[in-house]
Amino acid sequence: MFYLIQLLNAVQYGLLLFLLSSGLTLIFGIMGVINLAHGSFYMVGAYLTYWLAKTTGSLWFAIPIGIAIAFAIGLLLETTIIRRLYKRDHLYQVLLTFGLILIFEEVRSILFGDEVHGVAVPELLNYSIPLTANLAYPVYRLFVTAICLVVAIVMYFVIHKTRAGMMIRAGNSNRDMAATLGVNIPLLFALVFACGMALAAFAGAIAAPITSVAPGMGNQVLIICFVVVVIGGIGSINGALIASLFIGLADTLGKVLAPEYSGVAVYLLMAAILLWRPQGLANRS
Amino acid sequence: MTRITLPRWWLLGIVLLLAIVPLGATTFYLQLGAKIMIMAIFALSLDLLIGHTGLVSFGHSAYFGVAAYALALITPKYEAASFWLTLPAAMTAAALAALVIGVLVVRTAGIYFIMVTLAFAQMLYAIFHDTNLGGGSDGIYINVRPELNVAGFKPLDLESPAQFFYLALIALIAVYWSLNKILHAPFGRALAGIRVNEQRMRAIGFPVFFYKLGAFTLAGALAGLAGYLAACQFGFVNPEILAWHHSGTVLMMVILGGMGRLHGAVIGAAAYVLLQELFSSSALFGAYAKHWQLFMGGLIVFIVLALPHGIGGLIDNAWVAWRRRNGGLNPESTDG
Repeated sequence: MFYLIQLLNAVQYGLLLFLLSSGLTLIFGIMGVINLAHGSFYMVGAYLTYWLAKTTGSLWFAIPIGIAIAFAIGLLLETTIIRRLYKRDHLYQVLLTFGLILIFEEVRSILFGDEVHGVAVPELLNYSIPLTANLAYPVYRLFVTAICLVVAIVMYFVIHKTRAGMMIRAGNSNRDMAATLGVNIPLLFALVFACGMALAAFAGAIAAPITSVAPGMGNQVLIICFVVVVIGGIGSINGALIASLFIGLADTLGKVLAPEYSGVAVYLLMAAILLWRPQGLANRS
Repeated sequence: MTRITLPRWWLLGIVLLLAIVPLGATTFYLQLGAKIMIMAIFALSLDLLIGHTGLVSFGHSAYFGVAAYALALITPKYEAASFWLTLPAAMTAAALAALVIGVLVVRTAGIYFIMVTLAFAQMLYAIFHDTNLGGGSDGIYINVRPELNVAGFKPLDLESPAQFFYLALIALIAVYWSLNKILHAPFGRALAGIRVNEQRMRAIGFPVFFYKLGAFTLAGALAGLAGYLAACQFGFVNPEILAWHHSGTVLMMVILGGMGRLHGAVIGAAAYVLLQELFSSSALFGAYAKHWQLFMGGLIVFIVLALPHGIGGLIDNAWVAWRRRNGGLNPESTDG
């Protein structure tokens, strides 16, 4: 029973990582931009949810508004700054988005302070399913798992079955060819970037009641997302899904078996996969 | 892009100027100066990878941190360790870490390389942060600084800010001089070839992997020297020196000064440390002084968008324009 709980946690964490890393890997695959500020949007989502839930009193209200705001910030960021990076060396992309992280962190500190906040689990979901005499599983975590699954499935359909998804795939495999065939590349890029940011903010929003809303939360998760993208293969959504679940399992198992070294387990997994397939699980060499 | 090398008499003049600083400066400025020179060594070591080999490492703080921790772990609690023992030990530890990580990361390229170097640095951070190996997240104090003995004499007392300043100056000159030699030697020319066209280098028979690994290991050892000196200066290490924030800072220094130029890394380090002092001065910015990273972040965005060759690029352009006005300079002859 104990291991069932851990397995559920691993899947839930893995799917949450997938929400984050799918945006990261798509933005890299399509636009060729490495976006360090991705983690900042996870933080933005969590803080907006905390703030909106406090002022409006309802998490159900806070999450959609928070996502809309994150989408708008993403759109603004792409059109003003990120757009200028597409043709630049990765080095400058790393550096500029590193600068954006500093700005996001400091604005967060000015607006919300440096305290750790919590978001209450909504009442509707605030109970646990008893599994044994003294073990129970919170329903909210199951809810998060379900939501992530729904988003993943919706994303699959959008990418594989719709016109917009076709453009995204076209842009992913050959940007110039897609542009020549009449795809409005600037608009597509702006929307994909903003959607990636909205997804990251969404992940932050639904994770807020489980984890605490704290300074630096975005940076920690960003690096794990990088590991996911490296393991899965850059630009591959399927790879990101598999890698996210792998990481979820490795991290949870690590925390159970050797708590001190759980932080290292994830990186050792990455090192092993790099030795075996340097181009990632899903990409062919 | 034209890259100039500073003329020798300029460098000599700057060194002489620095050498007389301790005669008149207060402790605060001596420590600031030493900090700049230590960060300059760190930036030089990263520029060897980024500017000269074309390897964008985003986890360079790892090697800085490993050497700093090596000193902290070797030093006994209440007595001084020997400088001649701890310095090579710390640099070897950093070089070994770079060698092991290098074997894995040099196989990758481009965006993978950036992410993987970052991830491995973060792994070392996790080791020092989560386990008790190095005092956990609290770090370790180095109560007594290493002792520098030469045949029974003590030419430099590291406890004295002025003499530590000289040690940092000597280290910086040594690193600058040796990198200059290395970059003009066949090894350095091969690295430049790899930066410009790796395929061609491989095609004409260079073992590119080993050249890159060599550069990565050397850069790790030099970053280790910077880390060792920093740990000496502050008498304290904590996991934050391994964190990616520190890697971002040194990357910023390299770009701010203008990559691919030895003097660029030094200028970048000085500019960064001085700007940090400026932005975090509460006399100027009041309550916003503690949010100095906001200004730094804005500056980074500005530099990337408007000034990609950094301060070094500005100096180069001014220099070339000046030389051209005064007749007779072939601007293409000085590249690399």
